[in-house]
Amino acid sequence: MPSKVHVQTTINGEEVEFLCEPRQSLLEVLRDVLYLTGSKEGCNNGNCGACSVILDGRLVNSCLVLGAEIEGKSVETVEGLAEPDKLHPIQDAFLENAALQCGICTPGFIVAAKALLDKNPNPTEHEIRYWLAGNLCRCTGYDKIVRAVQDAAQIMSSEVSA
Amino acid sequence: MADKKEYKVIGTRPIRHDGVDKVTGRALYGADFQIVGLLHGRMLRSPHAHARIKSIDTSRAEAYPGVKAVVTAKDFPGAGDAIVDLGEGAVSLKHLQDNVLASNKALYKGHQVAAVAAIDPHTAEEALELIDVDYEVLPPVINVRNAMKEDAPLLHEDLRTDEMGEKSEKPSNIASHFQHKKGDLDKGFAEADVVIEHEFTTATVHQGYIEPHNATALYNPDGQLTIWCSTQGAFTVRAQVSEILQMPVSKVKVVPMEIGGGFGGKIQVYIKPVAAMLSMKTGKPVKVLMSRADVFEGTGPTPGSYVRVKIGATKEGRITAAEGYLAYEAGAYPGSPVGAGAMCIWSCYNIENALVDGYDVVVNKPKTSAYRAPGATNAAFAVETVIDEICEKIGMDPLEFRILNSAKEGDTRVDGPVFPRIGFAETVEAAKEHPHYSTSLDGKYRGRGVASGFWPNFGMKSSVAINVTSDGTINLVEGSTDIGGTRASIAMQAAEVLGISAESVTPIVADTNSVGYTDVTGGSRTTFATGYAAYEAAQDVKRQMIERAAKLWEVDESEVEFADGVFRCTNGKEEEIDFKGLAGQLDETGGPVVGRGTADPTGAGPSIGTHVVDVEVDPETGKVQILRYTATQDAGKAIHPSYVEGQIQGGAVQGIGWALNEEYIYNEKGEMTNASFLDYRIPTCLDLPMIDAVIVEVPNPGHPYGVRGVGETPIVAPPAAIANAIYRAIGVRMRELPMSPGRILKATGKI
Repeated sequence: MPSKVHVQTTINGEEVEFLCEPRQSLLEVLRDVLYLTGSKEGCNNGNCGACSVILDGRLVNSCLVLGAEIEGKSVETVEGLAEPDKLHPIQDAFLENAALQCGICTPGFIVAAKALLDKNPNPTEHEIRYWLAGNLCRCTGYDKIVRAVQDAAQIMSSEVSA
Repeated sequence: MADKKEYKVIGTRPIRHDGVDKVTGRALYGADFQIVGLLHGRMLRSPHAHARIKSIDTSRAEAYPGVKAVVTAKDFPGAGDAIVDLGEGAVSLKHLQDNVLASNKALYKGHQVAAVAAIDPHTAEEALELIDVDYEVLPPVINVRNAMKEDAPLLHEDLRTDEMGEKSEKPSNIASHFQHKKGDLDKGFAEADVVIEHEFTTATVHQGYIEPHNATALYNPDGQLTIWCSTQGAFTVRAQVSEILQMPVSKVKVVPMEIGGGFGGKIQVYIKPVAAMLSMKTGKPVKVLMSRADVFEGTGPTPGSYVRVKIGATKEGRITAAEGYLAYEAGAYPGSPVGAGAMCIWSCYNIENALVDGYDVVVNKPKTSAYRAPGATNAAFAVETVIDEICEKIGMDPLEFRILNSAKEGDTRVDGPVFPRIGFAETVEAAKEHPHYSTSLDGKYRGRGVASGFWPNFGMKSSVAINVTSDGTINLVEGSTDIGGTRASIAMQAAEVLGISAESVTPIVADTNSVGYTDVTGGSRTTFATGYAAYEAAQDVKRQMIERAAKLWEVDESEVEFADGVFRCTNGKEEEIDFKGLAGQLDETGGPVVGRGTADPTGAGPSIGTHVVDVEVDPETGKVQILRYTATQDAGKAIHPSYVEGQIQGGAVQGIGWALNEEYIYNEKGEMTNASFLDYRIPTCLDLPMIDAVIVEVPNPGHPYGVRGVGETPIVAPPAAIANAIYRAIGVRMRELPMSPGRILKATGKI
């Protein structure tokens, strides 16, 4: 049995240390070591985006990153988005637009949408669809998800300019 | 035509009750469940599509460090030839057990043959490689028409065809043949000016929910088994597990976790009994998870099929006769949805002379499961494209044709039932009046198609309990797992009765020990039937609250009326109190109020929809792009319109995937070669435009608020609508699904 690796990292703004096996993916570490089960496993090979996290500002599938690789890096997961008394505007927009049905893909979509709006605060519909094409949803047909991201972009832009 | 009744809560769009948990990642799905001392189980699956299992040697796996238990079919309690009824028709217990763990034969690649429980998932996976299975590989048969041939390899040596009620002498892969008939077919075809007949095939496709199957089981020495899992129905899991493991239902408790999509595919059990067996052997809780490949290769797809359709019509556009032949792949064990396909095939239309033959055929593929309007889409692809061809021949608008032939209240379906009030013609009218249909579509290789889809909907059993809280809210305990917003749609019906807000209801999806029996979230029944039970439970609360008001005011109950959320005294006393005020006085008037409601309603009421689609075909690559999509559907009464739209949009997009990309691709050894989301391509948001969902409301007389189930119907029309659009775009009639780039290029002669 392989010995474990000691990892120091930042997750959702907080310093975290953990032990993991070298073969464990970041997704496994998040879910099974740190109990951050908001990141979901839909395929475990980078095709569905349900495990999307932001790693040093870049959107990644956490199932394709090893846990040991995040030493010294910064990870944002769905659990880090809301404030104690307030949801993130993207989360609000998903609720207002009924942009989820079963909800299993929702954390991944919200994280991916945040990564998009961090880079491009006013995306076109096509840019949203292009960016989110790495996240699969089987329930909604994407219509209300795209609208939620459009709404969130508008709300976040107006908050910035206000 | 629209429902003119005034409602306060119904028809509004509140935030769903489980919404915050689901957007923050806090909602706990089956795989998220944790418990102290947990072991991890993994399944060994057959690498062969068809093989006799000569022996299984688990000794090396059992000796591997970290392994706690190994199970095979030998660990099942004896099955004999029992036939069990799980509420959805009788099934053979032997088949049920064999599908969970193969005993003497593996019948598809991915068939579960053994399982390991170990200290972590990786150790369990490593140990699987140490299980030695001696297979005698047999020739597979993976296509329905080949499987029906006299000399086809037999999956089950003891399977005899049920030929219209008579058992055949010889074993066969054809499990059953049935027929529905109405009128005089010869006479009907003789009256026709146009008769068109074609053959169609559709590929095996998967439900494609994003969450893989999961189960955690804990067996206690007192014989009590608990299973935490994602499922469409905790009670059907209880029933199947108790049958497979021969335990009393009272010893099995199923705790439904949140569920990440089902579409019919999370009704049948696969790993749940195995997790239980591993827990029985180890005395520890055991969690079993499937990989994505396991899901594709080992869980219920919907059938590949061969369909033949012949329709006759007059030049005025009246259908005079219709004949259908449906041969559906059941997968490894009998039980394809060909029966449902036969219910649906002619049901959009009022046809005097009609017939349908149905064949249920076993093949070396995973046993099929329900998938959103199971069986209906395969048949509609054929019927709705042949109708399009008739319309072209007689020069009639395809929507006018549908209005002229539409089934209406009082008409008899070919399979027997007489229609109650339905809204088919209204959905066609809505499509016709939609700006989409009158907007001109210009450009080369572009075309517009229409098609309609039917699903009968189901009722079945539901239970609801309501506890009134002293602050004027209610807790609503229900047994229906919430896959698409049904906590909201059920809560809103109770809120409407009691004159309180949707937010004043706290819906709770309870385990099998904590709520009355409730059938699966399936058959488009949940908002209809569990909503009906919630309505009854709220009526019960209302009756009890009237008693309390009467007590408070020292008047007779008959002197209290309840309207608009306020109890009033009608005997001249100036007394009134709202629901919240009265809820605050329960202690003074007799203690807690608990309402109960059960339902087994028969008036589910069909839902029918009509779709309009514009496509552009790339003649070089064969790729079909969806340019615009409009779907109309009769929802009876939309309780929460956003989630009704969501069902229509999501169903339409699953239908688009079925139409254009999705299929199980097999090699000559009968192995699925594309068991990943990269190669089994479901639609992404980049493939699609917005989906315009148009809700038509023709109230269902079988429900107090007029609800019709809406979940399944929207998947039925898309493949035919898109095929008809492709024909308008490039002049080629596609009769094979999916209409993938390769098939388009073949059809146009490019390759």
